[in-house]
Amino acid sequence: MAAALEVQGVSKVYRNGGAVTRAVDHVSLSIEPGEFVALVGPSGSGKTTLLAILAGLLNPTEGTVKIDGEELSKLGERKRALFRRQKIGFTFQANNLVPYLTVLENVTLMLKLNNRYDEAGLQRAKDLLARLGLGDRLHYLPRQISGGQQQRVAIARSLIHLPSLVLADEPTASLDTERAFQVVETFANLIHEQKRAGVMVTHDLRMVKYVDRVIQMLDGHIERVLDSRADISCLANPADCTPIPVDALDPNAAAQACPSPY
Amino acid sequence: MFLGIYLAMKELWRSRGKFLLFSLVIALITFLVVFITALGEGLAASNKEYIEGLDAQLLVFRKNSDLNIQASSVNQSDLRAVKRVEGVEAAGLIGLSRVAIPLGEGKKAVDVTMVGVEPGEPGEPPVLRGQALSRRRGKEAIIDVNVARLTGLDVGDGFWIRSVQASEEKFYELTVVGITRSQKVLFNPAIFVPIVYWEKIKPQARLGADEAELVSNVVAVRLNDPASWPQVMSQIMGEVSNVDVADIVTAYKATPGFQAQQSTLGTQRTFLLLIGVLVIGGFFQIQTLQKVGQLGMLKAIGSSNTTVAAAVLAQIVVVTLIGALLGSGASAGLSLLFPPTIPIVFEPQVVLSVLVYLMVIGPLGGLVSVRYALRVEPLTALGLAGG
Repeated sequence: MAAALEVQGVSKVYRNGGAVTRAVDHVSLSIEPGEFVALVGPSGSGKTTLLAILAGLLNPTEGTVKIDGEELSKLGERKRALFRRQKIGFTFQANNLVPYLTVLENVTLMLKLNNRYDEAGLQRAKDLLARLGLGDRLHYLPRQISGGQQQRVAIARSLIHLPSLVLADEPTASLDTERAFQVVETFANLIHEQKRAGVMVTHDLRMVKYVDRVIQMLDGHIERVLDSRADISCLANPADCTPIPVDALDPNAAAQACPSPY
Repeated sequence: MFLGIYLAMKELWRSRGKFLLFSLVIALITFLVVFITALGEGLAASNKEYIEGLDAQLLVFRKNSDLNIQASSVNQSDLRAVKRVEGVEAAGLIGLSRVAIPLGEGKKAVDVTMVGVEPGEPGEPPVLRGQALSRRRGKEAIIDVNVARLTGLDVGDGFWIRSVQASEEKFYELTVVGITRSQKVLFNPAIFVPIVYWEKIKPQARLGADEAELVSNVVAVRLNDPASWPQVMSQIMGEVSNVDVADIVTAYKATPGFQAQQSTLGTQRTFLLLIGVLVIGGFFQIQTLQKVGQLGMLKAIGSSNTTVAAAVLAQIVVVTLIGALLGSGASAGLSLLFPPTIPIVFEPQVVLSVLVYLMVIGPLGGLVSVRYALRVEPLTALGLAGG
């Protein structure tokens, strides 16, 4: 299957006077349709910068980012905005929704942006919101619903226009544990069902239990990739596993051993 | 762009309380601008209405009178000399003086400008009702609609005027023969009487007499070819001694205080419009600052700059338009409550021009916020700039 997202040797270097900071350092990765990937790492590890590069909001200093085979860096500012609205879905940590649009209007905004707003699109938005448990909140304004519900609206908005890549930046940052799990689980289910490629940046390692792959970043580079269910479960629930040093990780013993978070 | 307008309208509607409040601020500014403009028009009209509407192209003044009608004094020989100049079709003496029309016990007299004119000559206004003046010595008068409204006089009615002569109040009776349109001059409504009788009854240092030498203020000159006024003006100045000549516009602009008054009001209006720019600009700048995160999000999900600019501009235009319409409507409505003595004139084209000004300065004031909105960086606005 062709990759929905392909990143090759991407670096982002900031120069401030004589100081050089490599926020992202030669990162390569590939995500297929229907795959949900978590980007984790401590503050300053480069995960958010990488997310911004994947979103086409930031140009890499070197390397290429291809979404659906199209190279982002070759697009001008206007074409990149057009590309974002067509091919990428976003969920942010804050400022997710337009405060003066209702739940339904916030979701259909993506269809309007793409000139794809019609009866079928409207119905799809209603169905998606119903699926997310918001069927009775269609005409509420964001301030009239809870934070968890707002995040679910944002998820619906990020998927309604059938993008190739869905990006989420700390989507559970402002939610309590129960709601956070609900939101990420729903998100993961939809990504899997709709065969979208999903990338979620999160600090909360408990949330990674719903993803297919975890990419741990440190100092701008990929420190480790966990793609076995057992490793991911351990990362999400360290209490169930025995922490062992990274270099002693035995793939065969992954079910019993838990990798250290960072 | 349509999406931008859609977003703007949604926000306007869902936050209508806030935007209506701001529209009311703009309405207040509009009200003041329209009011001052109407006052300027009204004051100007009170000064120039008669002169501007004269069926003449030139006015002849006594030399060195600074084109001040009341300071000028011309006589019959001047009139005859002017009439002899080639290109002059007709000419008539005009005299201006202030008198009062007493309305009876307990009522305030109506101050009017009494204009002496020669029947059938330039200077006599056309009547709306009734007939023109018939005799140079007739005790008859054409009154303008303002006098008719203030006094209740109509064609055929007799009335008295009060004139101060030789320090005494003298009363003269006149009969209304015609009613003309508004002809304000020297800040008063006007009545028109035959020039010879005007000479007798006008306020003066001595008692009026029928045999008095006919001295009036200016000569109104109608030309065979109105377009030839510059040439005829030069000819009159060359052939008639001791006179100055001015075209109608120059003449009323030279009225004492006219320019100063208009420029004062013009300055006030300009400052108000400037305040409008600052207020509108300030409001929308704050509005944009409050929406940085939201604008960043819209840009991140792929909204074009055109959409963002259209959203900001559409709001400015609608809020300004509502405010300007409310303000104009309130001014026009309030003007109906003003007594006719207050010189306020709401010319539709003037109100329209104020509306156009505001519709231009509104977006102009908001341009700063549009520029700011366009420069919002999604990365920074959404907190994606680090980590």
